[in-house]
Amino acid sequence: MTRVDIYRGWCKRCGICIAFCPKHVLDADQGLFPTVTDPEQCSGCKLCEMRCPDFAIVVTKDEKGKARGKAKSGSATG
Amino acid sequence: MRETSHFVHKYLRSSKRFPHIWCAGCGIGIFMQALIRVIDRLGYSKDAVVMVSGIGCSSRLPVYVDFNTLHATHGRALTFATGVKLANPDLKVITIMGDGDAVSIGGNHLIHAARRNVEIASFIVNNHVYGMTGGQSSPTTAYGTKTTSAPYGNLEAAFDISGLVEAAGAAFVGRTTVYHTPLMERLVEKSLTKKGFSMVEVLAQCVTYSGRWLGLNSPVEMMAWQRDNSVTVEKAQDLTPDELAGKIVIGVLADRERPSYEDEYAKLTAEKLKV
Amino acid sequence: MKKERQEERPSQVLLQGNEACVKGALLAGCRFYAGYPITPATEVTEVMAKDMPGTGGAFIQMEDEIASMGAVIGASLAGVKSMTATSGPGFSLMQEHIGYACMAEGPCVIVDVMRAGPSTGLPTQPSQGDVMQARWGTHGDHSIVVLCPSSVYEFFDLTIQAFNLSERYRTPVILLADEIVGHMREGVVLPSAKDIELENRPRPTVPPEWHIPYGDPGTGVPPMPAFGDGYRYHVTGLHHDVRGYPTTRKDEVEALMRRLFSKISNDLDRLQWFDSYYTEDAVMTVIAYGCVARAGMQAVREARAKGLKVGLVKLQVLWPFMRRTITTILDSSEKVLVPEMNVGHISREVKRVNRGNCDVLTLNKIDGTPITPGEILETLEEAYP
Ligand SMILES: Cc1ncc(C[n+]2csc(CCOP(=O)(O)OP(=O)(O)O)c2C)c(N)n1
Ligand code: SF4
Ligand code: SF4
Ligand code: SF4
Ligand SMILES: [Mg+2]
Repeated sequence: MTRVDIYRGWCKRCGICIAFCPKHVLDADQGLFPTVTDPEQCSGCKLCEMRCPDFAIVVTKDEKGKARGKAKSGSATG
Repeated sequence: MRETSHFVHKYLRSSKRFPHIWCAGCGIGIFMQALIRVIDRLGYSKDAVVMVSGIGCSSRLPVYVDFNTLHATHGRALTFATGVKLANPDLKVITIMGDGDAVSIGGNHLIHAARRNVEIASFIVNNHVYGMTGGQSSPTTAYGTKTTSAPYGNLEAAFDISGLVEAAGAAFVGRTTVYHTPLMERLVEKSLTKKGFSMVEVLAQCVTYSGRWLGLNSPVEMMAWQRDNSVTVEKAQDLTPDELAGKIVIGVLADRERPSYEDEYAKLTAEKLKV
Repeated sequence: MKKERQEERPSQVLLQGNEACVKGALLAGCRFYAGYPITPATEVTEVMAKDMPGTGGAFIQMEDEIASMGAVIGASLAGVKSMTATSGPGFSLMQEHIGYACMAEGPCVIVDVMRAGPSTGLPTQPSQGDVMQARWGTHGDHSIVVLCPSSVYEFFDLTIQAFNLSERYRTPVILLADEIVGHMREGVVLPSAKDIELENRPRPTVPPEWHIPYGDPGTGVPPMPAFGDGYRYHVTGLHHDVRGYPTTRKDEVEALMRRLFSKISNDLDRLQWFDSYYTEDAVMTVIAYGCVARAGMQAVREARAKGLKVGLVKLQVLWPFMRRTITTILDSSEKVLVPEMNVGHISREVKRVNRGNCDVLTLNKIDGTPITPGEILETLEEAYP
């Protein structure tokens, strides 16, 4: 499974990552920060990372295709 | 210790404050990431890259990246870049300009750089507006659009930047939007590796000014607009002019081999030094 | 073998002023030239186009003077001594970038072969109307170095010195010639390359991690690496901190401005460049520069022949204004005469530093014709104390 990390410190809550994730993996939390709601669906396409204007998302693909636990979300800051 | 880190950190200046100055959802940052990603992929040494910009929101980009960076004057990035490249042809010279920067005040330099064919990879972030000065019309603002300097609607026709640069003779011309990230990266790579002058027009949302005029109120709406109004060069070939009206044609628009000024000049120098 | 020996021995050559300028530039190590044709400076561009390729340096004809000046700064930052040449209209276009070169501290040389203005003016006729523009043409407070030749040899020599000063202070240096000096031909004996002393911009002596791009090493002039040397830094026309990053902090802005001024003003002793003739016993002194100094010389000789105790001081540095030199003259003369082909750019400065003990007379001409020795002589005779 792929891991999606969001650096809240740099995120400006523009919503781009949420809106254009082809798999609807992300959603806004109450503070409008993106959060991973459906990690199982993530294809690792990295479009959210590439389209984030603030370099606030990192998608890490697990090389061996093994699960790496629940994707980190809102708590991560950078 | 964190297990993950964004690859861009290798290229960001640690002494600069982040997040950067651009508004939330501004397209410039998306382009910036694509540019850095391609530079990383191509394995350029940071010391060999010189990034030159003009003045404007887009031109604020170089200050954030750990290359040799030159924040020049409004409209004149290509002139400084020409001097850098001719003084040291081993350097990889890149320019970042805004639409007002490159096509209005710097329009003359743009067409001559394309004609002259000094090897510069240039990127024009086209947000159809003067972002930095607060939303005035630019030479790419659509006819009829209300702006802060055209409160009754823009009376002028817009420039087709790519068409202009292609006609002026650039070795490579491409157009993309920031929505089309994979295409953007392909075009950036082609541009950086092209012999001679190349230009990629990057359509990007200015969420604070131009979005509002189009009735698009968020970066998401603006990027959806980019998605819904673009057609690839390949598809465009099968469309009638009527069907193409109002569409953004994206992809490689020109790719040709032309001797660069430096190569021609090097031949001349070699001859003179022999004598 | 024989041929080589001949070349080594300096011999007299007949040169046009604009050609002599190119010879000086190339000997000074200029290896980048960008220009745009304009009378009466065009020959500088043409001779550069011909001679630069043989040195291994780069020549380019740009699309206008704004572009020429931009390219010159770019080349300078890439580590190459660079130059452009123009006349009034082009000099006006260059002003924004001259300010940029001051701010970003990119050494370069700008030659302005003056013609009469304003506007398109009198393209083929001489003038000294750009003296104040050279000082204050670009916006904002800044310091600038401006040199002024009055002969073909001086044009050659001061071009070399312009490069030396630009490298020493990391600043643009303007060479204000005029149509007469640019176009006249004189026989000159050029020194051989080994006899010319050259200065080069200070380079960092510490590794990149320790280098502070806009720090003050004590001289006011930060060492300057070239793009590509491994010292990656940011260059901007915005006010910047010592690392080169934009700032609006009062303390940082002030420190930058102070340093930009003091790196030159602290060195004024070394910038008093003038020639004086018959001044020991002179009760009346002509202060002149450029082509007018030639007429001044002739007038002074004729006046001496008539028994008048008059002298001439020919200025080679116009800016920073040589207050020290001028006050000495004002103290020792009863009267000074400042003939100029403008409405009084330098005489205004002379009056400014005069402490009231000297009569400052002016002779101004703005009709596109040179001031003649006869006109100066007439004024000397009339006003002689
Ligand atoms: C000679 C000059 N004229 C005007 C300006 C003011 N100015 C700064 S940025 C800008 C326009 C920026 O628009 P654009 O190039 O499209 O860049 P954007 O901010 O949209 O990225 C203007 C007019 C200037 N800095 N210099
Ligand atoms: S795209 Fe980036 S800045 Fe925008 S909401 Fe997502 S993480 Fe935040
Ligand atoms: S990597 Fe792709 S699928 Fe996964 S969250 Fe990002 S955009 Fe969605
Ligand atoms: S004003 Fe427009 S172009 Fe400038 S940072 Fe904001 S969104 Fe981007
Ligand atoms: Mg713009």
